[in-house]
Amino acid sequence: MNLNSETVALLGNLNALAGGLFLLCTFGMVATRQVQGCLRLFIAQALFLVLSAFLLSGLLHSRHVFAVGIINLISKPFLVPWLLRRTVRSEVYSRREIDQLINIPASLLIALALAIGGFFLASPLLRVADGPYVAVNLPIGLACLLLGGYTASVRREAVPLLLGLLAMENAAFFAGVAIVPELPLIAELAIAFDVLMLSFIVGLLTRTIHEHIGTTEVGALTALKEETKP
Amino acid sequence: MSLIVILVLPLAAMVISLMPLGRRVAPAATLLAAVAAFVLAIRAALHVAGGNAVVALPNWVALDGFGALVLLLVTLVGTTAALFSCGYMAHHARSEKRLRFYYVHSNLFLFALIAVPVVVEPNIEWIAIELTALFSVLLVAYENTHESLEAAWKYIAMMFMGAAIALLGFLILFWAFKTGGGETYTWDGLRAVAPNMPPVLVKTAFLLILVGFGMKVGFVPVHTWLPDAHSQAPSPICAMLSGVKTTVALYVILRLLPLLRMEHIEAWLLTIGLISVGVASFLLLQVRDYKRLFAYSTVEHMGIIFTAAGIGAAGGHYGAMMQILTHSITKSFCFLAAGATLLAVETREIASVRGLIRTSPAAGAALLFGGLAIAGAPPFAVFLSEFSIFKAGLLQGRYLATALLALFIGIAFFGVLVHINRMVFGRPQGNPHPTKVRLPFSCVLTLILAAIPILVLGVYLPEPLHQLLTQAAACLSR
Repeated sequence: MNLNSETVALLGNLNALAGGLFLLCTFGMVATRQVQGCLRLFIAQALFLVLSAFLLSGLLHSRHVFAVGIINLISKPFLVPWLLRRTVRSEVYSRREIDQLINIPASLLIALALAIGGFFLASPLLRVADGPYVAVNLPIGLACLLLGGYTASVRREAVPLLLGLLAMENAAFFAGVAIVPELPLIAELAIAFDVLMLSFIVGLLTRTIHEHIGTTEVGALTALKEETKP
Repeated sequence: MSLIVILVLPLAAMVISLMPLGRRVAPAATLLAAVAAFVLAIRAALHVAGGNAVVALPNWVALDGFGALVLLLVTLVGTTAALFSCGYMAHHARSEKRLRFYYVHSNLFLFALIAVPVVVEPNIEWIAIELTALFSVLLVAYENTHESLEAAWKYIAMMFMGAAIALLGFLILFWAFKTGGGETYTWDGLRAVAPNMPPVLVKTAFLLILVGFGMKVGFVPVHTWLPDAHSQAPSPICAMLSGVKTTVALYVILRLLPLLRMEHIEAWLLTIGLISVGVASFLLLQVRDYKRLFAYSTVEHMGIIFTAAGIGAAGGHYGAMMQILTHSITKSFCFLAAGATLLAVETREIASVRGLIRTSPAAGAALLFGGLAIAGAPPFAVFLSEFSIFKAGLLQGRYLATALLALFIGIAFFGVLVHINRMVFGRPQGNPHPTKVRLPFSCVLTLILAAIPILVLGVYLPEPLHQLLTQAAACLSR
């Protein structure tokens, strides 16, 4: 299908919008205090990834990117929450206050610095990039990778920590749909399978921790710290 | 074709372990599959050492020198761990269900470990590495104690964070490959187009993969999960984690070295390696748990291998390969010896174990043997590999790096042996005539069998193995 130049410009702008909202959702995951809210933001983030994948598949005429969109559409908004609900008990799920290592305003400042750092890191790569979409997706992907890593490091509650990790994976893919539209389908499927396995295993582990230790605040587990022993 | 069979064997054992057939079937099936995989791996490795290519699925599953070396080590450690598990897990597993759970997961873990060296498509390699983490996490948590659950949690969080960072690295690597005009995406294909790939992309990809998989290898400062996970899992699993799982992650990082066209890359590798060796050698001195002692020693050895790769040239690369070989066989032995000690004294605390040689001569002798061998005393295999790295360092004119490496290895030598010496020969507190503990037969047999290569390779390197190491070292050069 051939698109005229106006449609191309419109789709390109929509992709940029999806990128902006993707970044905003990741910031939201840094800031939110509720487990449920964190999950909703993660789902929204995944949906913007899917939107970007669909737009780029039209723009780049790539069936592979379309497949990435479909795979993410099935796995992230539906299967991951379903797996978590199956494995983790509901009281974990509905916890409100998340105790964080660094308070939220300071977190947001650090997140801002990380996002700027991500854009800065991406700039030398953009000099060799040919398409205009890489300039949108790669810096946002890199920035969100750092933000997801930050979220996972400061969260102390199990489920939001997992969601931070999955946000990192979303971010890698957000960059991926623009830079490697021809990624083999088997790799995409395997990565999606990996994400589901991870959610399942982390869910199981969280339930075991809840049963044996009586908390899901994994940041509070310090039995293995060497200096605390007598 | 034999590569596919090697891959399928642990899966078959896993399926058998799933079925409720009693307490003996799962261990037997696992052992049988591991031995068969090891024999087939020897055959494939001999084939590779003879200069032939082993290809199962072109562009997807194949074996070259480096892959054959790692495959050999994975299957060897898988076999010793399976044999040791027979006696060890019979003691540890509370019910048949838990026993089968252990064997199902350990077979899946072995499958993922085998997949890493035989897969040649880098994207699939990422999945294989990730599966090694996913399949081992519930084994780390196996004991379901507070400590093991905490260790498992730290482990999975660090593993996936590393994997996500590395994923972007792999995507950028693929981008660089396509920009460089590559056709078949394999490690060899990457090397072929390396001169055409934009250096900035390769550099960024390498950096991301180094940080991501460096977490899995346990380089300082992202090593914090390693002593926890490697001390809490059941001992045969620790042998696999420390002996080969860290090595397979390092294998992927080392695969990228020939692609780099940066100046001063050697200096960077040396710095990262030496920081790991140095910090780990000092951390070794202050441990209170003997399994953590060996875990820190793993961090140290990963640093030594990276330093050897940084020394570069044929000598340094050969030293790195030799160190990979000797570390795997020796460290897995050490954890099996630690498992035997745990069976004998039922505590992991160094301070509570004194005079082990009187309580359990077999465990005491094995621990002493393992300690001496991993610290690098002659005439064991690690001594020879470390010596070859020093020699390469001096020949390359890396005097400062070699001196630092020798100093840190010396400190680690002291650190390991001071603890082991007290445990084995120290005067027992309380009861001066403790009752002797008999270890299960399969455990003693494993310790004897696993000690043979450590002794033999210290004095004699068979020609095919030398060929294999040379070919593996060639995979690191540009």
